[in-house]
Amino acid sequence: MELNLNINGEHWALDVAPADVLLDVLRDKIGVKSPKIGCERGDCGSCTVLMDGRSVRSCLILAVEADGHDITTVEGISSDGLSELQNLFLVNNSFQCGFCAPGIVLSATELLEHNPNPTRHDVQEAIVGNLCRCTGYEPIIKAVLAAGKGGSE
Amino acid sequence: MTDTFLFEAEAKDEGLKTVGTSATRIDGLDKISGAAQFVDDIDFGPGLLHAAIVESPYAYARILSIDTSAAEAASGVVRVATGKDFPYKFGMYMEDRYIFAQDHVRFVGEQVAGVVARTHREAVQAAKLIAVEYEVLKPLLDPKEAVAEGADLIHPDLDGYVHVPWFFPKAGTNIAHWRKIRKGDTEKAFAEADYVLEDTYRVPRYAHCAIEPHVTVSKLDYADRLTVWTASQSPHTQRHLFAEALAPLGFAHKDVRVITPYVGGGFGGKAGVSMEIIGAAMATLVKGRPVKLRFTREQEFINTYQRQGVVAELKVGVKSDGEITAVEHKLYWDAGAYVEYGANVVNAAGLSASGPYRVPNITNDSICIYTNLPPGGPYRGFGYSEFHFGLESHMDRIAEAIGMDAVEFRRKNAIVEGDELAYGAHMNPSGMIEAIDKTAAAIDWGVEETSANPNTVIGKGIALFWKAPAMPPNSSSASFLKFNEDGSINITVSGMELGQGYLTVMAQIAGEVLSVPVNKIRVETPDTDRNPYEWQTVASHVTWSSGLAVEKAAIEARAKIFDVIHQVYGYEDDSLYLEDEKVKCKTDPTFAKPLREFVINGIQTEDGTWRGGPIVASGKFMPEFTNANSDPETGQCGHPNVHYTVGATGVVLEIDKQTGRVWVRKAALAVDAGRAINPDLVNGQITGGLVQGLATVLYEDMRFDDGGKMLNPTFTDYKIPTAFDIPDEVIPIIVEVPQPDGPFGARGVGEHTMIGAAPVIANAVYNALGVRITSMPITQEKIAMAVIQKSKT
Repeated sequence: MELNLNINGEHWALDVAPADVLLDVLRDKIGVKSPKIGCERGDCGSCTVLMDGRSVRSCLILAVEADGHDITTVEGISSDGLSELQNLFLVNNSFQCGFCAPGIVLSATELLEHNPNPTRHDVQEAIVGNLCRCTGYEPIIKAVLAAGKGGSE
Repeated sequence: MTDTFLFEAEAKDEGLKTVGTSATRIDGLDKISGAAQFVDDIDFGPGLLHAAIVESPYAYARILSIDTSAAEAASGVVRVATGKDFPYKFGMYMEDRYIFAQDHVRFVGEQVAGVVARTHREAVQAAKLIAVEYEVLKPLLDPKEAVAEGADLIHPDLDGYVHVPWFFPKAGTNIAHWRKIRKGDTEKAFAEADYVLEDTYRVPRYAHCAIEPHVTVSKLDYADRLTVWTASQSPHTQRHLFAEALAPLGFAHKDVRVITPYVGGGFGGKAGVSMEIIGAAMATLVKGRPVKLRFTREQEFINTYQRQGVVAELKVGVKSDGEITAVEHKLYWDAGAYVEYGANVVNAAGLSASGPYRVPNITNDSICIYTNLPPGGPYRGFGYSEFHFGLESHMDRIAEAIGMDAVEFRRKNAIVEGDELAYGAHMNPSGMIEAIDKTAAAIDWGVEETSANPNTVIGKGIALFWKAPAMPPNSSSASFLKFNEDGSINITVSGMELGQGYLTVMAQIAGEVLSVPVNKIRVETPDTDRNPYEWQTVASHVTWSSGLAVEKAAIEARAKIFDVIHQVYGYEDDSLYLEDEKVKCKTDPTFAKPLREFVINGIQTEDGTWRGGPIVASGKFMPEFTNANSDPETGQCGHPNVHYTVGATGVVLEIDKQTGRVWVRKAALAVDAGRAINPDLVNGQITGGLVQGLATVLYEDMRFDDGGKMLNPTFTDYKIPTAFDIPDEVIPIIVEVPQPDGPFGARGVGEHTMIGAAPVIANAVYNALGVRITSMPITQEKIAMAVIQKSKT
């Protein structure tokens, strides 16, 4: 099946199988590796990408469902230098192993896009679908809250 | 002074510029930009093959036949493997495992056969076509049943298994190892005690749940070179075990290469060798082709390591003034089907099961019992998380029974520098008292708090913890360091960046010695061909051990730098020092030679010739004061542990009396880091470890049916904390009583932060409701039922 995707602003025309999920297409056919394979059933959120600006689990989305849509991954956000949010994640040492980081960067980016001044509860809710086993979430929440206040602590 | 003293580290309080600062992680940019590459992210081109395995549906069965013909004929299949292809044993501390099951399967999920195919889908489909005929046997799922008289033997050949000298298997039983400690006269002490408390505590199995599953890609090239890319905590140990297990195929260590990029969390689950050897072995059957084996989340739960369950029978005697006089701790470990790694967890717990207290009379029995559940193994806390639940619950109960404040009772008995340990060696310097006091202050210990909500009550708890690295007495670390043309530095080590911040801490140590800022130092993840030896990244030992190796390399590089300056300018070495990436001289304030001007190309002398050349250095560290040769019946006279890290955990929680729901309002944790090389990273370990530990006591729990099958091997059913499941407030407290032989006084903290979490909740629940729960997890349901039960009595 032919599939047309805009991935990080770049158009791709691909041949995919009906059962292919978006995650595998991104990783194996396009070489976009930041969405990770963690559970393959939508529990962990490491495969999070933005589809037309909204976060989705790319392991649960069939590739054909993404036909004609805009897909954003962390590679797309990083290509013109780091975002303010990414900078705050960096200086707060927000992540440890970093496996969940691409998904959380995207979930938090989505949050700030729609809610520039989130509360702690808003931030928790925005990333509740992204499991992190290392950090206890505190340094992540701290950075997102700081980003919401225009980067001030 | 303790008997662990090695050499005077360079720690000086004054003038440290890098060590002790919360430097930004040197791997931070990789991780937040999407650049970080994990094993599964590496491209191997169109030749990559995919492996899938066939797993036993039975906890205990004899394999009668395996028919692979349909799988071999299936689309895309390149090769099928069974136990017949690899009749080789392997194991970390005891060789009790096979690459594929031989005549028996011993747990649900054990690998019986494997398929290598062109695509992942084809491999999985073909694996379903392999027909295995079993004679089903009755599994032993309970450790107490497995040690009962007349129990079937899960490993009838135990007597012949190769193991480390500090294990004591009991032939003709299911006991793979029995660590005994006999110190003083426990019986007499109990007879003379004013109060004795005896009870049993139960801790189930737990899963690590690193978000990155185990994954490995292996390739045997046409020149018989085996390269294995693994998501591992232990590249050199893996190389060693691959070479040993596959030795019949003719591998020398130099021909085996393990490459380990970033790892997406370990927590012990990626230590040693588990599934990686399956992939490595299958690759030897398809020469020239890389083979990927990636575990599913379900396989991650059932066929890597699990934290072992334990039944802990504890008896403690005290004098009326609160002095602990005797501890008897019997730990019956549900160690699973293979104990090649898990038996050392049992050993470590047995050595230290009297806890962070000064106890003159100790009887510890830590018994490693084979069961037909998945293999037990290392998990953050390494046996200590498990036994502290009972121990620290018990201490609270004793304090209450003798009418003493729980904090005061612990202060009185806390082990301090110089106290004799259970096995005869002596305690290292420790900030335990400071940790207790600061933790108690952080939760306003002694101040009763009442809830404004009539349906809820507030409880407070405190629990101490200690842990020593558990490792062979001669576990070592090494490092290579080289300068670049611009004065920047590349360091190679083989410890793993698991998220704890190891690479950054190594850069800070080298940067401190060489006056080079952290952002000009790159520390590389391991490749066993290029990076020097490291035993494993476990035991919370790499800040200490690898840190010492890096410090030594930096000191050697500095000596070489001073030597060049001396040759060219004549300044004596002891007048030289490094500051701001320059060599300076105490006797000539005008002298300042930037490193970048000579660390590669040397310095030109007056006659036009050059001195110096590339500055390269190496360092190594191996403890030379440890030995594991203690008496098997008493555990005395050895020096198995290098040192202990200690600390305290305190919580304030609120509980709904009717539903049993718990909210952790405040959690404080003080840990003695010796010196926090990077305080922000220590705080990261405190928060992360605490949350991981709180989950084990509040809701995580591996459930098995009566056939030994795990019932909840997904994140849907095995809940790990989300961003909502964290304390309202975490108060990290860093105590710094230097470790005399540590790099700048540092000792490890990574595992410790999890250990106190379980008992502190048990104690706070008791404090709030007056109900004592002695089995983990302390779920909402269990609390609610206990409250109902209490109201009836």
